Amino acid sequence: MTAVFTRRPGLRGIRAGGSPLHLVCLGLVALIVTAALLAPWLVPHDPNAVDLGGALAGPSPDHPLGVDAAGRDTLSRLLLGARTSLLGPLGVVVFSTLAGVAVGTAAAWRGGWLDSVLSRSTELVFAFPGLLLAILIIAVYGEGLLAPVVALAVAYLPYVSRLTRSLVLAERARPYVSAYQVQGHSGLQICLRHVLPNIAPVVLAQATVNFGYALMDLAGLSFLGLGVPALTPDWGRMVFDGQTAIQHGYPLSAVLPCVLIVAFNVVGERWADRVARRTP
Amino acid sequence: MTFVRFAVRRAAEMAVTLLAASFVVFGAMYLAPGSPASFLLTGRSASPEALAAINSQYHLDDPFAVRYFAWLGNVLQGDFGRSITYRTDVSRLLADRLPTTLLLITMALFVVVLVGLLLGRVAAVRGGRTDSAVLLATTFAVGTPAFVAAVLLQGLFAVRLGWFPSGGAGDGLVDMVWHLTLPAVALALYLIGMLARVTRSAMLDALGSEHVTVARSRGVPERQVIRRHVFRNSLGTVLTTGGLVVSTLLVCTILVETAFSVGGIGQLLELSTSTKDFPTVQAISLIVVALFMAVNLVVDLLLPLVDPRLTLGSRGSAG
Repeated sequence: MTAVFTRRPGLRGIRAGGSPLHLVCLGLVALIVTAALLAPWLVPHDPNAVDLGGALAGPSPDHPLGVDAAGRDTLSRLLLGARTSLLGPLGVVVFSTLAGVAVGTAAAWRGGWLDSVLSRSTELVFAFPGLLLAILIIAVYGEGLLAPVVALAVAYLPYVSRLTRSLVLAERARPYVSAYQVQGHSGLQICLRHVLPNIAPVVLAQATVNFGYALMDLAGLSFLGLGVPALTPDWGRMVFDGQTAIQHGYPLSAVLPCVLIVAFNVVGERWADRVARRTP
Repeated sequence: MTFVRFAVRRAAEMAVTLLAASFVVFGAMYLAPGSPASFLLTGRSASPEALAAINSQYHLDDPFAVRYFAWLGNVLQGDFGRSITYRTDVSRLLADRLPTTLLLITMALFVVVLVGLLLGRVAAVRGGRTDSAVLLATTFAVGTPAFVAAVLLQGLFAVRLGWFPSGGAGDGLVDMVWHLTLPAVALALYLIGMLARVTRSAMLDALGSEHVTVARSRGVPERQVIRRHVFRNSLGTVLTTGGLVVSTLLVCTILVETAFSVGGIGQLLELSTSTKDFPTVQAISLIVVALFMAVNLVVDLLLPLVDPRLTLGSRGSAG
């Protein structure tokens, strides 16, 4: 196969099966996703209820995971923060995958000037690291939930489009495509009904890898105060807010979101590896 | 003379991409909603005369192409314009902060290359439990974003144990190195994991090749086989990650410098983004992109020297 499965290098070739670590992480992730879905009914406190008198306290029956430097309940913020922290990367992955597949397929199927224009623009986007492009776009359009997601989607688009392009080029050379062409099927129809299903597994593996990177980049932006608006609970934001609590010896409100971010990445990577291995 | 021709062609390609990137960087600011003058005034109301004065001072009335080429010309002479927030030349802001960032990145790079290569090599050569341990460690290393590592290291080594300062950059070289040790480790962690994995798989590839079997069967000492026939052969693949390593360092330094309030270029970018200080954001973005592309160019030129089997322009197996 000529197509190269693109990831930041070195994440290939890992051959560890269902290790205990993986199972623990998987359980944790399933728990978090369920909790995030049910968050509005689960949260014990208003995540933004400030209680300066009770600030910087350890776990108590009322606040099972303690409170942060402003007296906000850590458990409530973690649960509601899971929604923003996971929906953001999901948006990045969905947008970059859909657009990337469209661009890559068009470039490979049409070829010619369209291909060279699209490939050149891909190279240009590659020159901007994802986080930098996001910061640039945030500098222009201001902070918020949408600007970072769109910016990262644009930054991740070339990874998907380059992969799709090489996969479609390989598929196009196969006899079944010519057979359909001879029977009079249109290019669009062949692409949608036959080529795309064939390349889907590899593209999905790439999308899974991108989810982990998007999670890290978006959390990083929130940590810088450039991501979600200030009052929205978010893991990256919690780590930033929790720095004060750490200084005073109550690390829980900063450490827990850190643990969740790492757990998600470990699992996401293993899962992507499994998907990638199943493909020829 | 094919090498020279290849180098010139790659450099020209890089210049074109850089030109396009500069257009993106400048054009993005032009597209910002609201007029640039309103950002300069930061919400204050101004008389039409004052507005006209600002417009002419910053050349806001000129057409886009004129402003772009004027800006580009100045940038090529090292003049990035005046910072809106700090009211000084951006080039001076950068010059003040660049040494700190460069020291931080150099320290991190040193740690990455040393520890990453060592871990990868040990994992590939020893195998078995050492290999699994390294793999487990790298799994966590590549799953930990730089800012998470920064906050955790800060909490443990600066606040809890008090071994290192929890922020600032210090004065004098020794003090600076002491202040920047934790930030450098936080910056290096992800890349250590990545480099260790690249080194490991490249060395495993080399270990399985025929020339290694031949060398062993001829009685070449194992240490020498590893050093000269396995490790050296894998360096080409490792080198292809050079551009990625440097760009990751440059980008993650924004997060780490903010976490530790180091006061370098990265923290400046964060501050100027939240205050919409466009000239500073433009300058730093352009510098990061240029450095990233320059490193990629150097890697492309070095590859055939490190691994003579590669023809010019073809990259190693790492995608």
